[in-house]
Amino acid sequence: MYKIVRKEALAENIFLMDVEAPWVARACLPGQFVIAKIDEEGERIPLTICDYDRTKNTVTIVVQTIGASTMRMDTLKEAEGFADFVGPLGQPSDLCLEENLEETKKKNIVFIAGGLGTAPVYPQVKWLHEHGVEATVIMGSRTKDLLFYIDEMKAVAKEVYVTTDDGTYGFHGMGTDQLKALYAEGKTYDHCVAIGPMIMMKFVCLLTKELGIHTIVSMNPIMVDGTGMCGACRLIVDGKVKFACVDGPEFDGHLVDFDLAMARMAQYKTDEGRKKLAFEEGDTHHGGCGNCA
Amino acid sequence: MDMTKRTPISEQDPKVRATNFDEVCLGYTEEEAVAEAQRCLNCKKPLCVGGCPVSIDIPAFIAEVKERNFEKAYQIISESSALPAVCGRVCPQETQCEGKCVRGLKGEAVAIGKLERFVADWARKNGIKPHSDTPKNGHKVAVIGSGPAGLTCAGDLARMGYDVTIFEALHKAGGVLVYGIPEFRLPKDDVVLPEVENVKALGVKIETNVIIGKSVTIDELLEEEGFEAVFVGSGAGLPRFMGIPGEQANGVFSANEYLTRNNLMKSFKDYDTPIVRGKKVVVVGGGNVAMDAARTALRLGAEVHIVYRRGEAELPARAEEVHHAKEEGIIFDLLQNPVEILTDDKGWVRGIRIIKMELGEPDESGRRSPVEVPGSEYEIECDTVIMSLGTSPNPLISATTDGLEVNRRGCIVAKEENGRTSKKGVYAGGDAVTGAATVILAMGAGKTAAQGINDYFKG
Repeated sequence: MYKIVRKEALAENIFLMDVEAPWVARACLPGQFVIAKIDEEGERIPLTICDYDRTKNTVTIVVQTIGASTMRMDTLKEAEGFADFVGPLGQPSDLCLEENLEETKKKNIVFIAGGLGTAPVYPQVKWLHEHGVEATVIMGSRTKDLLFYIDEMKAVAKEVYVTTDDGTYGFHGMGTDQLKALYAEGKTYDHCVAIGPMIMMKFVCLLTKELGIHTIVSMNPIMVDGTGMCGACRLIVDGKVKFACVDGPEFDGHLVDFDLAMARMAQYKTDEGRKKLAFEEGDTHHGGCGNCA
Repeated sequence: MDMTKRTPISEQDPKVRATNFDEVCLGYTEEEAVAEAQRCLNCKKPLCVGGCPVSIDIPAFIAEVKERNFEKAYQIISESSALPAVCGRVCPQETQCEGKCVRGLKGEAVAIGKLERFVADWARKNGIKPHSDTPKNGHKVAVIGSGPAGLTCAGDLARMGYDVTIFEALHKAGGVLVYGIPEFRLPKDDVVLPEVENVKALGVKIETNVIIGKSVTIDELLEEEGFEAVFVGSGAGLPRFMGIPGEQANGVFSANEYLTRNNLMKSFKDYDTPIVRGKKVVVVGGGNVAMDAARTALRLGAEVHIVYRRGEAELPARAEEVHHAKEEGIIFDLLQNPVEILTDDKGWVRGIRIIKMELGEPDESGRRSPVEVPGSEYEIECDTVIMSLGTSPNPLISATTDGLEVNRRGCIVAKEENGRTSKKGVYAGGDAVTGAATVILAMGAGKTAAQGINDYFKG
């Protein structure tokens, strides 16, 4: 068992866990992910590594309850644990590699985090800060209740701009609007990292292409094994087939076929919806939802 | 009794089994096994043994079955094979031991595979375990991958006294035996798990959820973790696709994904992992994996077509699998090849465009190579396509290990006679070396490498 040593609610339906996983904690770098599985019947769920502590052998993950499996994950308490927790998977972020540090120092970097994307953005900004590189962060969500990590981010970033789609906190608008506003003030960037829902990454990429900012995105498609075995996570990048699990998860955002990636995300939607309902409503669910047989 | 014919074996009725995931073949009873054992001629120079990649003393174990000494028979098999219940079910016996059987000249070969299965199942039911009384020699060896090659190599090394740890990337031990081969051909809890437990009973430790090349590298195992030698049996896990239009559509899966969802993640049992249950499924390919995918889709309720570019005689699958698939109602569209996958406006598969083929001159594999028949294209309606075109080794290990040579196909280069690679102390075998092959060839390679590693320590 991989023990949960800390669990904390971050926002509505979003929680954080520190999980004891020595192999992962020892080897992981920002940009990589793990696969966690609750129990024998659980799904293998890919989760981006949000932080790690090599002395305590722990890895931090942030989870949003969106399907049956993530809702089941939320039922786990401190001192309980995952049946399986494996990683680190995928390639580390190029920005956070010692060998690229000289190049990275020359860049003016902006991160755009959408929703849960704040979680994977944080370790990158933190790593850069620890290595003397200060980056700008735009972090946004739909509404105030879904925001988290604002103070943590402020502690490691040069400047943090918080946005909400409905204007309940910070800048009223989306990350792209905030970036446009910064450009209107005369600020410029030459490297952007955008992490969040695919639709958000797509629109960031459309804008940064116009503005001429090199943009990296972190793709989170459907996966099973996460080691290159199944091909479920395949994407088209620059006209070529890539596996997000082994070639990614980070790619040049201007080369990713987002429309295909989003269509592929819909593959198990009905199935997932059915399982989520069954979980939420348990034995009280008696049909009529249009989803159940 | 007609000694030219084998003792018949019971199987689940095709109509019934097409709707369940229970094992197809029910195995011999004691009486049937003893009767079949009588057919063995106990040849002075047994050709069957030469046909077995792990050289089981076949006439010796069959002689014990004749005498009803089933436990003795089991210990004889165990000396050569760590996975007899598995091999009795999935080896291509017709081209190996049984293919060499003298009985086969004028009738049917002795059912060696079915006898092996009987003995292994009998031992399991009676709680008999393989045993080893070799004292530990204190040398630590790491085995990468818990598939057939890794389990065999680990078991043999443990029998020689080595302190062996297997590292497995997935959450369950068994490799292709658990993620690839379906339940109806190889039951997981009843057959695979007990054989894995038997390997553990020899003193082998298995650590799951460790990805060599990511969690820890081979160089770290050797330099920091105290291992003195490493065996790489990481298999061939990378799926191939055709590169035709429409292949990224929803409803197109690699056989690996489809089978992993169903076998490892147990979608058919209604575990959390979903699987798309197609109504009409096209499986592309003609190997064992294609048969497994097709028969799985059938059991999940689909009409299933196998589209294969060569003819019936060229199907690479075991004869028994093809026979079972046909009995269950799988439709074989032979000498045909997909050229395009057709999609609807939401990006889902709606059909597949196929071209007919004819056989031309033999290619480098010795099989006659298929050639397209111009103007013969037509479309099949379907909602799911499963690509079963073979797999290649995962580059994860070769890319993260200093000085480990691979060939242009990404396979690790290892000496056939001892499994030695270009890197000192590192041995390899199975699909990671040969590319996708069979369970038993991987076991043979694991065995050879165990001997190679032992020789390495002996200097």
